[in-house]
Amino acid sequence: MSRPKNQNYKGHGLSKGKEREQRASIRFKTTLTNTLMDVLRHRPGWVEVKDEGEWDFYWCDVSWLRENFDHTYMDEHVRISHFRNHYELTRKNYMVKNLKRFRKQLEREAGKVEAAKCDFFPKTFEMPCEYHLFVEEFRKYPGITWIMKPVARSQGKGIFLFRRLKDIMDWRKDTRSSDDQKDDIPVENYVAQRYIENPYLIGGRKFDLRVYVLVTSYTPLRAWLYRDGFARFSNTRFTLSSIDDQYVHLTNVAVQKTSPDYHPKKGCKWMLQRFRQYLASKHGPQAVEMLFSDMDNIFVKSLQSVQKVIISDKHCFELYGYDILIDQDLKPWLLEVNASPSLTASSQEDYELKTCLLEDTLHVVDMEGRLCQRSEKTAEAAVLLPSSPEESFRLIPGYGEESNPGRCHPSLSSPPIPAQQHLTAFASLPPTWQQLCWLSSGCLLLGLAPGFLHTIPRHLCTKRQPIPRTG
Amino acid sequence: MSQEESDISLIIAQIVQKLKGSNLYAQLERQAWASLQRPEIKLESLKEDIKEFFKISGWEKKLQNAVYSELSVFPLPSHPAAPPEHLKEPLVYMRKAQGSWEKRILKSLNSMCTELSIPLARKRPVGEQKELLNKWNEMGTDEPDLSLFRPVYAPKDFLEVLINLRNPNYENGDSLSFRTHLGLIQVPLKVKDIPELKECFIELGLNTGQLGIDDSTQVPPELFENEHVRIGQKVLAEQDSAAAQQYVRQGSPTALRAELWALILNISSQPEDILYYEQLKTNVIQHDLLVDSLIYKDVKLTASNDDYYFVFEDYLYQVLLCFSRDTSVLSHFAYNSASPPKSYIRGKLGLEEYAVFYPPNGVIPFHGFSMYVAPLCFLYHEPSKLYQIFREMYVRFFFRLHSISSHPSGIVSLCLLFETLLQTYLPQLFYHLREIGAQPLRISFKWMVRAFSGYLATDQLLLLWDRILGYNSLEILAVLAAAVFAFRAVNLMEVTSLAAAEAVLADLSTLKVMPLLQIFLFATVT
Repeated sequence: MSRPKNQNYKGHGLSKGKEREQRASIRFKTTLTNTLMDVLRHRPGWVEVKDEGEWDFYWCDVSWLRENFDHTYMDEHVRISHFRNHYELTRKNYMVKNLKRFRKQLEREAGKVEAAKCDFFPKTFEMPCEYHLFVEEFRKYPGITWIMKPVARSQGKGIFLFRRLKDIMDWRKDTRSSDDQKDDIPVENYVAQRYIENPYLIGGRKFDLRVYVLVTSYTPLRAWLYRDGFARFSNTRFTLSSIDDQYVHLTNVAVQKTSPDYHPKKGCKWMLQRFRQYLASKHGPQAVEMLFSDMDNIFVKSLQSVQKVIISDKHCFELYGYDILIDQDLKPWLLEVNASPSLTASSQEDYELKTCLLEDTLHVVDMEGRLCQRSEKTAEAAVLLPSSPEESFRLIPGYGEESNPGRCHPSLSSPPIPAQQHLTAFASLPPTWQQLCWLSSGCLLLGLAPGFLHTIPRHLCTKRQPIPRTG
Repeated sequence: MSQEESDISLIIAQIVQKLKGSNLYAQLERQAWASLQRPEIKLESLKEDIKEFFKISGWEKKLQNAVYSELSVFPLPSHPAAPPEHLKEPLVYMRKAQGSWEKRILKSLNSMCTELSIPLARKRPVGEQKELLNKWNEMGTDEPDLSLFRPVYAPKDFLEVLINLRNPNYENGDSLSFRTHLGLIQVPLKVKDIPELKECFIELGLNTGQLGIDDSTQVPPELFENEHVRIGQKVLAEQDSAAAQQYVRQGSPTALRAELWALILNISSQPEDILYYEQLKTNVIQHDLLVDSLIYKDVKLTASNDDYYFVFEDYLYQVLLCFSRDTSVLSHFAYNSASPPKSYIRGKLGLEEYAVFYPPNGVIPFHGFSMYVAPLCFLYHEPSKLYQIFREMYVRFFFRLHSISSHPSGIVSLCLLFETLLQTYLPQLFYHLREIGAQPLRISFKWMVRAFSGYLATDQLLLLWDRILGYNSLEILAVLAAAVFAFRAVNLMEVTSLAAAEAVLADLSTLKVMPLLQIFLFATVT
């Protein structure tokens, strides 16, 4: 797909006012050809544009964003699927930096207990700049295993485990020597992280959880947590004795697919529902609730930590894939956040999950304007002032909403909160997660996007007809 | 003495006989001796005091559970002079059919043996033993060459045998009447109809709370679920088998299920049980049986390929390999119409002194056998407990699903029950399917033989198995099969071939079991 390189200020969604009012279809563009394409094509009123056509919705990839975002003018209603500087959250070294900074801030403002809630990522050091700090830590705990991850690669590429400093000294030499040949290629940044040696095992196998979080804006922070997700299993039995065996330790599906044991029919995945049931039958429902609320804490804190850093553009939304590892004490650890979680389906069940996820994402992004009637002029104001009863829900998360969807949220019975209070609440978000803005019942009441909710309930939402696979 | 009284005393004598040899007896005796030290036991009223002591300390409860367990499992003799074959199976023609089926299986096994020139059993060399011991927890990683092995038989082979079953004493004439049974099973066994099923499964009625229906998100938990969980915890605290069985008829809460099932099956993990399991493990390591390869093949073909159960592959080997060496399973053949196959030491064919049962537990696995174990892995994680639960489930329920007998929970009765329900209450559907060459039993047979394992979603399956345990009968499988057909009747009426009918019923993983059962039994206008 060729694109003129000297194109500046290419307008998208631009058209004369009258035309826009009457346009009956939403023009979308995407380079992906997997479930996303199926979902977009099946959406009524959505039309695909190719190549250089004007679009109202673009599910882009991050490289396009990097090159073109700054030169692209977007009309007010246009939406694009990434934030400009999402890497503050999704590159491992920036994420760790932001989390560490946020933790310090919390400790200053709210004390040690509150700050301890941020202890969900293992000790991490950025390489090569924090090498000496790392060595200090390494010497303090000899014999433990560390994992080295490249900051910007995905699908498990370039990751290795080590126990001796000698191993990474060799690696440093290798990378350095190759750099001597080509001086213009910068040294790739890595992070060295303490390896979690006691992961929770099911059937002797290690697994991690993939959970989806949709962020529609950072100021104010509006995030949606998808109810479903899956656990990805490593194909071989876990043992610490073979740290060279990549297949054992890395659970990315991409790596597993190359393992000799891999059977494509298996898929190596369990849906989250089933994982919850398994844990509940083993540890009881309270322990499982605790685990999931700890996970909620991870999502909230991680988003809060980058809230001030990420440029919140009203055109942007982003669907993050969070990778969480559970250890044997049922404590969740944040491994990483993906800005472009894989949308390719590995099995029929996976396909259904991803199509429902994407459908609900599109419901929430709401290009059709069904959720809230905003007039174009007061679009800005509508963010802060409630223009309809549903919006007064936004500040307060619904407790126990899962057990009575469709019933009025308690706050509706009380008079709508005056604008002043809204503004104060938005302006200074206190650290407790309860006061974070979770959009919840607005969509539920209208029966749209049933998949998104602020917590994962005990039971799945109603099944719906899967979109037929194309191709 | 009246007939009833003499029956009861016979039963009591039998149970006492059985329990005398058990571990519980030894424990009770020890406890009784130890209790003599206690101040409240007086010589004058020794018997009453010891009884009182047992009541207070919970031992009476254990005894009660053991007796209840015996009552549930062991069928009661109808007549003291009845020969042992009658306990296995009262009808002669059924016994004969089972005998010839067994001969066929053995022939197939033996021919596989000679074809591949693999001995039925051999002692492992020391090196191999060591290797297996190291790999015990991850036998799933082994990839032996199993391409030459085939399962001894598959459910559809068994179905053919059942279809050809005939009672030689029964002549129903050539003319077709409204009484003619249009299905595949042509033996005249008594099966229940819906009014009788309603009475039998009264706790599944519309006015009674159920897990699987009344615990869904829309229903506030205060209405049923919280109270039900509270009662469940109480039942567990009391450690009462019979109460647990009654309780579980309304479904078991996920967190309590493992313990409740163990209580109903009267399994408690004593050190002796763990030792017994370890012994079986040693047997597996020392000797290699041909049956092992069949088990491997079955697990690889079924459970490993299942989206949900592949994780438990290792546990399945650990349970099934030990199961095939467990000679205590042989005792269930007293009430199973099947008989364990006999094998002779090389060169001593026909000499009874050199006969051994092969495999040691007498059960030859068929295609899909490992699916009986897979759902249990969800509940029990310790291999010895998992093993005990599976063994008890097998000798109480699962064996009936692949042996020919006239028992109401036997597979023949289940098939007949299914077909009768369908013919009586969905005659148009039944007739249509028959016309297009898609006899309903051909589709539902595999569900029933596996007790729906691998076809339903796990949580639904466990709810179904709750009811099997609760009612101590497998009839619910036939009712569910009929309910599934009723649910998909509209689509089935439109199909025009067996393949299309199979396609409509291929995926049951989205079905909710309890609403289906409730609607079929209690909410359909008949």
